[in-house]
Order: sequence, then structure tokens, then C-alpha cells
Amino acid sequence: MTIRSVVIVGAGQAGFQTALSLRQEGFSGKVVLIGDEPSLPYQRPPLSKAYLFGKVGLDALRFRQEKFYGDHRIEVRHDLVAAIDRTNRSVILGSGTSVPYDHLVLAVGAHNRALPVPGAELDGVLGLRTLADADALRARLKEAKNVVVVGAGFIGLEFAAVANTLGANVHVLELADRAMARAVTSEMSNLFADAHRSWGVHLEFRQGLSSIEGSQGKVAAVKTTHGGRLPADLVVFGVGVLPNVQLAAEAGLDVENGIRVDAHLVTSDPAISAIGDCAQFPSLEAGGTVRLESVQNATDQARTVAARLAGKPARPYAAVPWFWTDQGDLKLQMVGLVQGCDETVVLGSAEAWSFSVLCFRHKQLIAVESVNRAADHVAARRLLAARRRSRLKRQPPYDST
Amino acid sequence: MPTVIFVHPNGNRDALEVSEGLSVMQGATGHGIEEVLAECGGNAMCATCHVYVQEDQLNRLPNMTEEEEALLEGTASERLPNSRLSCQITMTAALDGLVVLLPGKQV
Repeated sequence: MTIRSVVIVGAGQAGFQTALSLRQEGFSGKVVLIGDEPSLPYQRPPLSKAYLFGKVGLDALRFRQEKFYGDHRIEVRHDLVAAIDRTNRSVILGSGTSVPYDHLVLAVGAHNRALPVPGAELDGVLGLRTLADADALRARLKEAKNVVVVGAGFIGLEFAAVANTLGANVHVLELADRAMARAVTSEMSNLFADAHRSWGVHLEFRQGLSSIEGSQGKVAAVKTTHGGRLPADLVVFGVGVLPNVQLAAEAGLDVENGIRVDAHLVTSDPAISAIGDCAQFPSLEAGGTVRLESVQNATDQARTVAARLAGKPARPYAAVPWFWTDQGDLKLQMVGLVQGCDETVVLGSAEAWSFSVLCFRHKQLIAVESVNRAADHVAARRLLAARRRSRLKRQPPYDST
Repeated sequence: MPTVIFVHPNGNRDALEVSEGLSVMQGATGHGIEEVLAECGGNAMCATCHVYVQEDQLNRLPNMTEEEEALLEGTASERLPNSRLSCQITMTAALDGLVVLLPGKQV
């Protein structure tokens, strides 16, 4: 069937890129991009960095200005999607309107895992994911003296570095025994822990939050799992995200830890694809299925789907994952996935903040992490991508289910 | 406001005003210059804002960082001696009239 209309639910990085790529690939049908936030599509990474500092404004966050959408006949709708009517191929908006599709792309993203402790509802306890979250934090950072960050992942540490630079007294509590434990090697965790401490951030590992205390509805202090008490006028949590699967699950699509898709990013309904933070896809790197939260994953998956919908030969999704984080003066660049790493080789010096960690599994390079060694990062990206291409030639589609 | 002249692969020229402090990449995407993608949002991670700076103007620009230098090795269009990442060029009054040539492809 010729596809004449594509509806994209979710106007974040993945949704925006799908619309853009559809037009770049020459798709001439109708494109509707539905997002539940009031602003035009914008990029999230600066929200925990430059935007918090006030270095960049909203204009710089937007992927494109308003005129772009008109020029490219991309219909942007600011609305909630209440349901998917798969029988009639349409999505039902919160307002009750139904929007028909020939193909539906779910780029619905993820939401912050809530803080499961008493006091989490107090004024001054905030997460960081949306522009509205960042605006709220930006205002509070002007006055915050004692900041407690829960979770030493990317978001928590990026925020901690900003709050510290702005003059707050910052404590980071992390249940694991090291920083960014899910995503980086212990060598790199140690470099970043040392760096944060040298900047004056207080980092405590194997330490969680047991409750938040308030005064007149406002946060006043936190109690830690070890019984300590820290004064706080702002508590920011970054304890992971959960994929937004409800809409897909209610429509009867296969859902596990994300919306389940095949190697072409198609869900259990051939008229629906899912991409970005919400999609659980087969991955050579992961040796199974995986769900990744990154700009690279969002844009590369969007391009893969857009090319297929525009009638290009369908190719399985096979991009090599890469990530970055900015904390203080440090930028960490990563390529590949470190899970399963059984041997590391380091280059440069952690003390000098010029450092790469090469990660191997069964004697094969699987990931490289670099600080101030961009040449290592770029070389690793090219190497892993070239190996991927030659493998795909030898053993095409690794998942043909 | 300083002006940047973007030259498309077909030779057409667009002279566009870019506020001081914005990057040439932000100027391009803000004005709808299609050849600049900037997928990573200006973080020197993706090399999809690659441009060629008119050769006689190269000396007007600040030197490249090691990071920009490294990323230019991965551009989709051939890297040339006048290749730069437009996200790493910050507009100043001194750069008024800068001429950048847009590559045929970014991915």
C-alpha cells in the first residue's frame, strides 16, 4: 500500500527528526507531528547544561523556527493522544478529534521515575526532563543554597556541576558504589567522582534517600538511608526513566521494557513503528534487545524509519550507539555499549583529564570512553561502524522475525 | 547584525543576518538553510553541520579545537583544507560578510 499520510506521536528529538527526514527523503504525503508540550520541538540535552546557566535561550533550543514547519508542510499539533484506533488506523486526541494515518510512528519517549520516599510531593522537589522542568529549576537555582541531588547518573551529575558552579552547596546521593554505574566503566566513574570532588561537590555512594522533610509545605532537609540529615532548599532527582508504553499497551501492541520492535523498528502492528527512548529493539551490541536513551539513537532510528516510509529499500537498524555528557569543564564521549566488558585498556592520564578507556569483551573492542581525547572517540566510532558494515555483509539481518 | 553568505551546492547565495554570539550553525538552521542538519544540536558530536569556508577567509576564523579537528575526519562530504563545523564558529562583528559553502550531503 502506498503511504500517503504519516502521523508521528511525540515531538521530541526522534519525532522531529522523523518529520525532517521524511521530507529530505522526498516523502510528499501528509505529515502530522503531535506533541503534548506547548512549545515547538526543542532539544533536551542543553536543559541540564547551557540552558540552566542561562547561556542559551529558547530560540537556540528549538530545532527549527516556526516557518520551517509551514514551508515543509509539517502539521504540528499540541495535544495529548488518548488512544490508537488500530482498526480504523487513526489516533484519538485528548480533544476527541481523530487523526487518520496510513503509518503511525510512536516516538513517545520516557518519563522520570518517581522518587519513592515520603516528602517527594513537597515544593522544591523536582525532576529534570522538560523545558518546563528546566525553567522551574533555573528560577530556583537563583536562590538555592543547599541542593541535594538524588542519583549520580548523567542528568544528576550534569545538574550538580551547574548548581555547584552557580554557588550552591551540592550533595549528591547515589545508591550504587560509583558514578554513572549503568553506563560507564569504573575507571571513568572514578575520574568523574574525583573531578566533582575537586570542584567542591559532595558525593556520597551507597547512600540513598529515606525521606524528605518539609516546613510549611516546602522542602527543608533530607534524611539519608544511613541516618544522616542534610539541609536542603532544593532536591533534584535523576533516578532513571521509564518508557512511555501505556498508549501502545492499551492498543494491544507488544510491550516489554519499551515498545517492542523488530530490526526494522516496526511494532507488532505493521502499520506502526516505534523509535527513540520508548523503543526496545534488537541490537548486536547488546546481544539481545535493548532500549537506549540518547540523541544518536533517536535521530538514527528516525532516519531509518523515514527512509523506509519514503519508499527507499528497507534496511535493518544497525547504527553504532554513541553518547556524550558535559559536566563542569569535562566532556565525556562514548561509543558502543560497555555492558559485558571483561577487559579494559587505558590511554592517557586520568589525573590530567586526558583519558580514554577501551573496553573489550572476549578480546573484541566493544566500547570506548574518552575525555579530552576526541581523536580516540572519532577513530573508535569509525572502527566500530566499519566492523558493523562488514559483518552485516557476511550475515545479513540478524533478526528477521 | 553581521551577515553570513551561504552558498548552496547549486551556486545560489543567501546573505543572512546572524546575531553576534550565535554560531554559524544556529544562524543557518534558524533561517532554514537545509544543508545544515546539526543533529547533535551544536555539541561537536555529529559533524552534520559541516561547511567549507571560502579559502581566502579562513584566516578570519579562530583556530580549530582538537575536538573539531577530530570530528571533521568523519564528515559525509569530503573533508577539505577549508572544512569547518559551523557549530564551532561563533559570530562576531569581525566575521561580517563571512562566506561559507554548503556541502552536498551531511549524512
